[in-house]
Amino acid sequence: MNRLLPLAGFLLLVTLFGYGLWWNAHHDVTAVPSPLIGKPAPAFDLPRLHHPALRVTKADLLGKPYLLNVFASWCFACGDEHPVLMAEVHELGLPLIGYDYKDKPADARAWLTARGDPYTLVVTDQSGDTAINFGVYGAPETFLIDADGIIRYKHIGPLTPGVIRDQLAPQLRKLGVQPAPGI
Amino acid sequence: MRALLLALALLLTVSAARADSAIDALPFKNAAQEQRFQHLTGQLRCLVCQNESLADSNAGLAKDLRLQVFQQMQAGRTDAQIKQYLVARYSDYVLYDPPLKPSNYVLWFGPFAVLLAGAAGAALYLRRRSRADAAPADSGDEDW
Repeated sequence: MNRLLPLAGFLLLVTLFGYGLWWNAHHDVTAVPSPLIGKPAPAFDLPRLHHPALRVTKADLLGKPYLLNVFASWCFACGDEHPVLMAEVHELGLPLIGYDYKDKPADARAWLTARGDPYTLVVTDQSGDTAINFGVYGAPETFLIDADGIIRYKHIGPLTPGVIRDQLAPQLRKLGVQPAPGI
Repeated sequence: MRALLLALALLLTVSAARADSAIDALPFKNAAQEQRFQHLTGQLRCLVCQNESLADSNAGLAKDLRLQVFQQMQAGRTDAQIKQYLVARYSDYVLYDPPLKPSNYVLWFGPFAVLLAGAAGAALYLRRRSRADAAPADSGDEDW
């Protein structure tokens, strides 16, 4: 028995480190959990990208659930995410509000013109001040906000078909939104 | 060789310039206030890089948050209030010294639990070995 003890200890360590490797491979270790889940989204009042004279407030968007997608023309990962917004997210049938973060409006407009505009409407936050209230620390980030303006879910990093299927779709069902078949 | 040295010097200049940019020209009222600002931002974590404090980071967001801290200090808010403001948005991750509360118990007491488990294991092993030494008839442990 005593002779097997070192082997048992070794196997325990292998299991532990193996689990650590597996966990790191399947999780974004830099993701900061948002303390805002389940809490009201912060109030905002931001100009629209395509109609700078018009402003959008939190109150304007109440009444049905929507996705708020933080993006910027300087953000490489947003380019990776863009096709998913055009296809899978579009099929969810939910308003998709673009949140142009710390970006020049002209750059953002050119970016969307070149790639296609997946957004129902886009608001701009050039200073990034309002984004601080949302706990944004990079782009892309996506918030699911319900009809009462409560943040239900947040994804940090690009949305992928897998993330939509495994994480976002279950949240949508909880809100009574039935994602299109196949998702 | 000369070209290499020149390249190295250039690299050093560039990195020095980068290091400088973490220092914003904020209009502090006095040296004490600047010291308080440096102390406070030194205790806060930059969300983008995560291995740098808010005071040291060159990230755009770190700059914005430093400005927030500065403005709130000017508005007369206490260090605790400013930390609370950031924790409400970015969770305890923003603090280098996380608070003692149930969700952080593993973080605070985990290392001591592991240490205790190791000490208990070692004590058990040593006791068993001394018992085996006292009874040399047990030939199974001879090659230990």
